[in-house]
This record gives sequence, structure tokens and C-alpha cells, in this order.
Amino acid sequence: MSQAGGERHVSAEALCPGDGSGDILWLDEPLSFWGGTALDTGVITDVHHPQHGVSLVGRILVMGASRGSSSSSSVLAEQIRAAVAPAAILLGSRDAIVTLGALAAAEIYGTRLPILLLDESGMAGLPRSGPVTVHAAEDGASVCWNA
Amino acid sequence: MATTRSVELWLTAEDEAKLAGDHGPGVAMAMRLVVALARVSQATQLIDIESAHIDGCLYHGQAGLDFIEKLVSLGAKVTVPTTLNVSSLDLLHPGLVRLDPAESAAARRLMDAYVAIGARATWTCAPYQLAGRPEAGTDIAWAESNAIVFANSVLGARTARYGDFADVCAAVTGRVPFAGLHVAENRIPTLELDCSTIPDRVLDSDAAWAALGFVVGREVGEQVAILTGITPSVVDEDRMKALGATAASSGGVALVHVAGVTPEAVGAGEAWPGAGIPRIELTPELLRAARDELTTATVGDELNAVAFGTPHFSLAEFAKLAEVLQDRVPFDPSCTVWISTSREVLAEAREQGYAQLCEAVGAKLVVDTCTYLVPILADSVRTAMTTSGKWAWYAPANMGINVVLGTLAECIASARAGRVIRDESSWR
Repeated sequence: MSQAGGERHVSAEALCPGDGSGDILWLDEPLSFWGGTALDTGVITDVHHPQHGVSLVGRILVMGASRGSSSSSSVLAEQIRAAVAPAAILLGSRDAIVTLGALAAAEIYGTRLPILLLDESGMAGLPRSGPVTVHAAEDGASVCWNA
Repeated sequence: MATTRSVELWLTAEDEAKLAGDHGPGVAMAMRLVVALARVSQATQLIDIESAHIDGCLYHGQAGLDFIEKLVSLGAKVTVPTTLNVSSLDLLHPGLVRLDPAESAAARRLMDAYVAIGARATWTCAPYQLAGRPEAGTDIAWAESNAIVFANSVLGARTARYGDFADVCAAVTGRVPFAGLHVAENRIPTLELDCSTIPDRVLDSDAAWAALGFVVGREVGEQVAILTGITPSVVDEDRMKALGATAASSGGVALVHVAGVTPEAVGAGEAWPGAGIPRIELTPELLRAARDELTTATVGDELNAVAFGTPHFSLAEFAKLAEVLQDRVPFDPSCTVWISTSREVLAEAREQGYAQLCEAVGAKLVVDTCTYLVPILADSVRTAMTTSGKWAWYAPANMGINVVLGTLAECIASARAGRVIRDESSWR
């Protein structure tokens, strides 16, 4: 992490390469894309989820822990196709289901939704809100923002 | 949580050739995803699989269809024996599933594409009921959570948790990352669930095993547990199916051992449970609490439907049901009994006359899909009863109905009365 003021960044591992920017959105609780989000709008539909009704579209989604059905890969790929997916996903765990959804969409449509894996200190260093920029490539990945 | 940098992945010359497109662009595309999965799971190598079971044939939108049609158009074919999970349609009973024509056509195209890639048109979530099932100790790539836990636990075969896209890419390449439950050390129980205070007579119903599975899923999450204190003679494959399916719904269970019963537990003998692992006592009270948590209607409520066969009804379950229906007492006209099964098991049930008896008293048969996934039950259904913990878990949210988990006897008595009947004596 960089010093106070000006531009800040944290490093990460790229699970799916790509670039994205948008307002950061922290999930208050784990979320399953299948059964938890609308296929055609990207809005959280899980009535038990505290962020029920919130849209994921264009957001930099922070998912600390993963949850849910393996059908979530298909749902995320479909949301990427329909342009109602997040702009990037920042993971705290090695979530193969989410990663495969993004990789499959990249294979079919060439649309690259960056998926980054952050360690504990990386997660702790992220801002709670505001715009961030995400870059993920084979040789490294990072999240940048202005403090 | 392992969030360190990726470890080095070692690929064979054959793996590299597949990746480079030497076996065609379809194999290369599938291999790119298998390699990506290996990097995510930090595997150091890939291994061969002997069979695959694909869950991607249930329609979740255009992307799933585009993916498989792209693989097919690039010339990909499965290279290991491959079965297919439930679809969104019942091809033997057209019109039973009420999807709009566009979605119905897309769902059919999805099924056709998976057949075109070389998979068998089995359309079942219980591939372990078909002939030629995997042998103990073999590596396989199975998707569908209940099939995964059954293959690992009851058959002693080895599969990680595969899902959409990963399943078909494994079938096409014949390779998977050496990770998760493919690795012997990851299959050793880390938690003991002591069931010795649950009487055999309570465990003598399939619904009790669904309730037990619910408790197991809640207690263990994604750990590997061993159940102890269960009399081996009360365990059969249908009960293990009920246990695993519910445990994989309420938790992330992919392998559960039963001391003296499942193959790896029998092999380990006295060595399992290992000294010093945590031990939790499961009681009949916990089972009744699970039953009540999987129940959102009240005793005496009007009953509109009963659902059997989630996961798909086996031949042995048909035989049990036929015995109960032998007296040919009809169901209440306001209550429809649905039985979901595979086309292969249905053919066997017809040969035995079980299916005809079920139909004679008014039951309706569904194949290739399942009653909680797609619109099959009448829109007017408010309350349904089931022996299945998985159905009871998903139906209220999927269909907006109330549900009751009950034993086979409770379900049949309730269907005949047209209202929910509970026999507490079978739960104590």
C-alpha cells in the first residue's frame, strides 16, 4: 500500500485478466449468483440478504467469502453477456465458481471481467466506498484509487 | 485461507499439446479452462478421469447455450464416458413442463448440444442408479452436489466439486486439477458426529435421513465428517442419497463417511475417527428440529401436492411405494402425487409393474427433470409434502409454496386425506 494522500493501490493475484473501473461495493454477507441475483438485471434478489434490491451492475464487487450453487458460473456468464455484470470482482478466497463464469464469458464473447484475489492485508487496505480502477494481467494485478 | 501466489503448475507434453490446439480448437478451449481451474485451486499437476457427469444441461440463459454450442462448433467431443444431469424439460411427457415457447426451445437446443458433444442422454441427478457406475478409488469429474457426495461417500470414487463449464471441459480433455477430494489426505474425517443416541426405529425412514443430512450440513459446512454409532443394517443407498443431498443443500458437504458402512470408513476401521478430532453428539431432538425447520406448513392444513424423487426415485423406492399402494386406496382428488425419476429407472419400474400401480391410484410420473426446478406443479398449489430434504429446502423459495417434510407413510396418509398428517411416533 502507498503512503497517505494522493493515489493509493493494493496488489493482488489475477484469476481472470481484464480492466475495469467503478464504485466499490462491499457485500455485507456472502451471496450466491444463482438464486441470489436476477439473471436479466444484476440486482440482488435474495430476500434474506441485507443488500436485497441493490444493483451489482458496473460495480467493483468485493466478495470476502464465497457461497452458493455451482450454477452460479452460468448465471455470472449470462449477466456478463447481457451487460448487467459487475465491472470487476475482488475475491478474498479462491472461488472457482465465480472465476469460471468470467473465464467462460471471455471464451465465448471476448468480454473480460477482471477477477482478482486479495490477501487479508489487501482486503483490509481497500476503501469502503468511492471509485476505484482495477487492472489484472498474467504478471500481476492491482486496485487503484485516490485518497 | 490460501491467498498466496499461485504455485507452479506442471503440465505433461500431452497437456501442452491439447493447450496448443494439436487436438483441435475445441479441446484447446476446454483445456484453457481446466488449466485456469488448476491455477485457482493451486494444483501442481493434472490427472486423468475415468468418467464425467455434467450439470450444465439445465437452462440458465443464453450464455450456457452459447458456451456448449461453441465447443461443439469447434469440434470438441467428450473423451470419457459421460452422463447428463436433469434438464429443464420432460421429453417423454411433452407439455408437462410449462415453459414459454422461446425458453422451451432454448432448453431443448441446450440438451441437443450436450448430446452432440457425445454425452449420454441420461437426464438424471442420480447417475449412481445407472449401470456402469464408478469404482472405488477411481478419479472422476462429477457435477451436481448430491451426485458428488454420493460418488465420494458411497462409491468411494474421487471427485472434487465441479460445476457448470468445468464439468464439460473435464469430459472433453479427460483431465482435472489434482486438488480437493482427489487428494487422499483431504478425504480423512476432521470431525466426528456421534449418532448413538438416535434409535434405530427413528432412522428406519428416509425422511429421518433427510433431517439427519440437514443437521450434518449445518454442523460441518465444507468439512469431511464421519458419522459414528449408526447400526449398519439401517443404512441403504436411498438413505445415503437422502443424507447427502440434504447435507449438500444446508452445507457444502461433498464427502461424508459412516463408520462401518461406507467403503473408506470400513477400510480405515478403528483408525477412524482419528484421535483428538472434535466430536459432536447428534440427537433425535436435533432431527425433529431439522424436520420442523424444513416444514413451513401446519398439521391439518389442506394439502395440494406430494413430491417424491428428489434426487430421482430409485427402483428400490418404487418397490417400497408400490407396497404401500397395494391396497389401491385413491388419493384425495385435491392432492396430486408427483414422482420424479430417470427414464432408465422408469423403464425398469414399468417392467416390474410399479409404475402402472402408481398411475392407477393417481400418481403422476416426471422424467428428465425435477418438480422443483421448472413449472410442473399447478399454479394453485399452496402446500406440498415431500420425503426429500432437498426439495423441502428449495421449493419454498423456488415456487413460493409451503412445504412439509414427512416420512413416506405420512406423505401417503396425507395425500389420501387431502390434509397434512403427522405421526409423531415415527420421529421418537
